[in-house]
Amino acid sequence: MMPLVEVRDLVKTFSRRAMPFSRPTVVRAVDGVSFVVSEGETFGLVGESGSGKTTTGRCMLRLIEPTSGRFVFGDKDVFALNAADLRAARRDMQMVFQDPYASLNPRMRAGAIVEEGLVIHGIGTRQERRDRVRELFTLVGLDHGQLERYPHEFSGGQRQRIGLARALALRPSLLVADEPVSALDVSIQAQIINLFMDLQQALALTLVFIAHDLRLVRHLCTRVAVMYRGRIVETGRTEDVFREPAHPYTRALLSAVPTPIAGAATARVVFDAAASNLDAPLRTVAPGHDAAI
Amino acid sequence: MNPLLDVRGLTTEFAVTRKGVAGVVRAVDHVSFHVDRGETLGLVGESGCGKSVTAFSIVGLVQPPGRITAGSIHFEDRDLTGLNQTQMQQVRGARIGFVFQEPMTALNPVFTIGDQIGESLVVHGLASRAAARAKAVELLEAVRIPEPARRARDYPHQLSGGMRQRALIAAAISCRPALLIADEPTTALDVTIQAEILDLLRQMRAQFGLAMLLITHDLGVVAQMADRVAVMYAGRLVEEGSTATVLSSPAHPYTRGLLASLPGSAPGTRLAAIPGTVPDLAALPPGCAFAPRCGDRESRCDAEAPSPSALSATHHVRCYLHVKAG
Repeated sequence: MMPLVEVRDLVKTFSRRAMPFSRPTVVRAVDGVSFVVSEGETFGLVGESGSGKTTTGRCMLRLIEPTSGRFVFGDKDVFALNAADLRAARRDMQMVFQDPYASLNPRMRAGAIVEEGLVIHGIGTRQERRDRVRELFTLVGLDHGQLERYPHEFSGGQRQRIGLARALALRPSLLVADEPVSALDVSIQAQIINLFMDLQQALALTLVFIAHDLRLVRHLCTRVAVMYRGRIVETGRTEDVFREPAHPYTRALLSAVPTPIAGAATARVVFDAAASNLDAPLRTVAPGHDAAI
Repeated sequence: MNPLLDVRGLTTEFAVTRKGVAGVVRAVDHVSFHVDRGETLGLVGESGCGKSVTAFSIVGLVQPPGRITAGSIHFEDRDLTGLNQTQMQQVRGARIGFVFQEPMTALNPVFTIGDQIGESLVVHGLASRAAARAKAVELLEAVRIPEPARRARDYPHQLSGGMRQRALIAAAISCRPALLIADEPTTALDVTIQAEILDLLRQMRAQFGLAMLLITHDLGVVAQMADRVAVMYAGRLVEEGSTATVLSSPAHPYTRGLLASLPGSAPGTRLAAIPGTVPDLAALPPGCAFAPRCGDRESRCDAEAPSPSALSATHHVRCYLHVKAG
């Protein structure tokens, strides 16, 4: 399989000041992240808040500008593109956001939200665009009768379907989904996850799935990278990483997930950051399985 | 001995106006359950099922246009629904502690952590200001906050999310309540922090002999924490029993659906999602509220909601699957 996505040494720093005129301190939100994703693969980026997983996803699409590093997407060097070329490249890579309440314009009708990308990129005639929007509504399981409704008239799960239809309108080959189900109820989460799996099959999508829910990542992703404080501390095939976690942080993270089985043994592992070498480089612990130990 | 908390037929309604028409939304519909001394009951359900309104009803914090319209809430052998504001204030915070979901909004940003933890001791006349300050430091130590004396002087924004939740737990147990109501206490937290807070709640429960009403949407949290579990759907209690029984042999199709929809068994396969969405409480079907989404639906499900039936002395369910036809 050809790698479609190749991220190399991605760094994003933010500087902030404790007080208005004090010396700024530099926070390395993403600190040298590298990974490859093959065409058609689902790659999971997991970590807790502040791990840099969302920043990584946003840098890839240049929704925020990376500080340094490279992102090769197909034959394009994304971080080197000028504004016009970037706009063209964005047709092929789209993002689905976490909060279906905040990411849809409340003053636009659902059909217009999905159509907007087609209009911006000047695709098709008015009628062709309308047809495409209907097709997308069907694809994500929405009713054509809902085209003229406003976002507030939809439930959370339906809003996430609109977000997905919008992302798919331009037929992208890469979808970066940032916690797409974490704001949804359990019974609705499963519907949206199924939709992701169906669409990925049908459209041969490459998916970067950013999430904190390890059960979900295990279910959906073929390979995974665990992030901690801006770095990837472990990466490999999902089953290998979950079955034989090599990094103490991965072990702690896995042991903290409560299983829905009463009386299940919970030998919790606690990660002691102070006692770990957080600067250790990734090294291969098994074929296709790397850990920073 | 009577249970510590005995809720019978609790009904809480909100007056609403929709498109100019006045109506009533029944957020909690004839809900009955009990919590014994030292016991933890998990109250489970999705958003809008009425689990938080149930908790707010117990401590008399339902604000107009909402009000309790039926039922009784016996706590330590008094009916809380009959108490006036002053009497209620003597129970709330003193005999029943409350931990909310969002640790940032539950703390007042302009008062120090120590002042807020000591406040209920002062309000309930259990300590002077000076004594409350010293007690707050002790409580911060009890919830395992490092450097408690220094932290007591900190403001909420100076603490991490996990620390704030610890401080809230310290405040909730300051008056040694008999019952702690925890409403999604770990939902806003990272999974490793969640595990720490659950550990802490377990320790506090053992140390102070607390009973707990734990409100959550996470069946994993229930499995780890609760002795018994009650499942709510669209304002009604649909199943109730020991955690082990309900999680291993769920009787209500909704409980079964929730458990089956969790990822975990077979990676890469479709999840067994529950079709449809949670119904609008203002437009509930006449029969069982879950019927439109239910795979086991029968004709009688649409006509009338089933009453609870007992599968054992401790396992109850509201579903016609467990009621013989005719």
